[in-house]
Amino acid sequence: MVDVAVVSFAQAPNVRRDYDRNEVEILSPVLIDVRNKVGLEKSDIDFVCSGSSDYLAGMPFSFVGGLDGYGAWPPISESHVEMDGAWALYEAWVKLLTGEIETALVYAFGKSSLADDITAVLTLQQDPYLVAPLWPDAVSLAALQARAVLDSTGHTAEEMAAVAVRDRANAKGNPNAQVSGDFSVEAIMAEPYVVSPLHKSDCPPISDGACAVILAAGDRARDLVEHPAWIRGIDHRVEPHQLGVRDLTVSESTRIAAEKASASGAFDVAELHAPFTHQSLILEDALDLGPDVTINPSGGALAANPIMVAGLTRIGEAAQRILDASAGRALAHATSGACLQQNMVCVLEGS
Amino acid sequence: MAEAEAAAVDMILCPSSVSYDYTCGEAATRFLVEVEKKRMVGQKAGAGALVYTPPRGTDPASGLPTDIEVEVGPRGTVTTFCVVNIPFAGQAVECPYVQAHILLDGADIPIFHLLQEVDAADVHAGMRVEPVWVPDDEMGPTMESIAHFRPTGEPDVDLDELRRDNHI
Repeated sequence: MVDVAVVSFAQAPNVRRDYDRNEVEILSPVLIDVRNKVGLEKSDIDFVCSGSSDYLAGMPFSFVGGLDGYGAWPPISESHVEMDGAWALYEAWVKLLTGEIETALVYAFGKSSLADDITAVLTLQQDPYLVAPLWPDAVSLAALQARAVLDSTGHTAEEMAAVAVRDRANAKGNPNAQVSGDFSVEAIMAEPYVVSPLHKSDCPPISDGACAVILAAGDRARDLVEHPAWIRGIDHRVEPHQLGVRDLTVSESTRIAAEKASASGAFDVAELHAPFTHQSLILEDALDLGPDVTINPSGGALAANPIMVAGLTRIGEAAQRILDASAGRALAHATSGACLQQNMVCVLEGS
Repeated sequence: MAEAEAAAVDMILCPSSVSYDYTCGEAATRFLVEVEKKRMVGQKAGAGALVYTPPRGTDPASGLPTDIEVEVGPRGTVTTFCVVNIPFAGQAVECPYVQAHILLDGADIPIFHLLQEVDAADVHAGMRVEPVWVPDDEMGPTMESIAHFRPTGEPDVDLDELRRDNHI
């Protein structure tokens, strides 16, 4: 079995809207930065894989434009997933396991600000015959799930608000965070609903962003950095598309992915891709993380939520804490689809 | 058995639309701002790099930021072209007309634009052309500020020269 590690992570500052720069101009410095951190030239990278969505850019084949930020000459070995970059990382990880390559660069980019209504863009991932024609926006679908959680799990609205307080306090230490600060449960409970039972602070910000990760195998990783973040387990599971056939109050796909990724025992940190506060509660229940873990030290998706980027950022943020030796074992989670439809769990260790 | 006799629903109409505010980017903005002044610029990523116009912010070969601005055109050379003979709905120009790749002087990749004021049969690679701007009160930071290109009457550029520089 080939050992694969994250050896570098870089990201652009997350902002509500970058009026000046297009996706390529946001991405290019990140791709240079992630290589410079480990002194790798483009010719040292064996495979490039990216995650993004044409629905965010509002134009077809936008990922091909994204490659202008990398530079595809001489011709490169490249692939793309129309998903969060975490799934691009999974593809690169599989390719590394084959032994065909030693290094891979994975990146993700997205400007959620371009669409006049990003929650309507997300509606287009619903079943086009029976659900999408009703135009349920992303916040309303999340609210449906939050209501089900409050009505049947024993979790409370105050617990949801406490997630936002925790994540945004953590985000004060993250220079790339978009929303950070000292919030309080009482103040959040007093906010008007966006869609009941979700207050504004229960919802993620709209973010423009990009991030990149470099993976390396075995001795190549040991040569590049002192503390490679070894991927000791990674798995993803998907639930049915139809919201009505799922139990929205639990995340079986997360639980099974965690089991397959051997995500048991103690973790120092966990980065959870939970755009809405109640989704963090669902994930924490599914992952059974225990009391000593620091959840979302970066602030998570409530601090910045660049769609297609935020999942890969969770893996990068978790890995960074092993790379800088502030954590020995970390869990990263990424999600895709409405109401936590698809989930990935990644276990990273320093040894 | 009314249920059994019901016709299959084999088509439904679900109108959907989403709208976007496109971000030109810093590099394309530079180009468009200059177009409004009847000038054109390209960018390159370092002294020996290719000049791209309209610039997109990075060199697509190297991925490096194109931080050097270069004035290009406004005259250029036709590198290849097509003659449009088939009318279609909403067509703005009368057939036959010519769409050409025009290598602006000083640039390394051609732009795509309409070629007019010339018989389609007379258009050829190597032909020298210049932009015709729309009236001053219609000028703006948009490609539509260039109404079309037209021949200058200068001698043709040697095709071997264009081939040598990988321009055709």
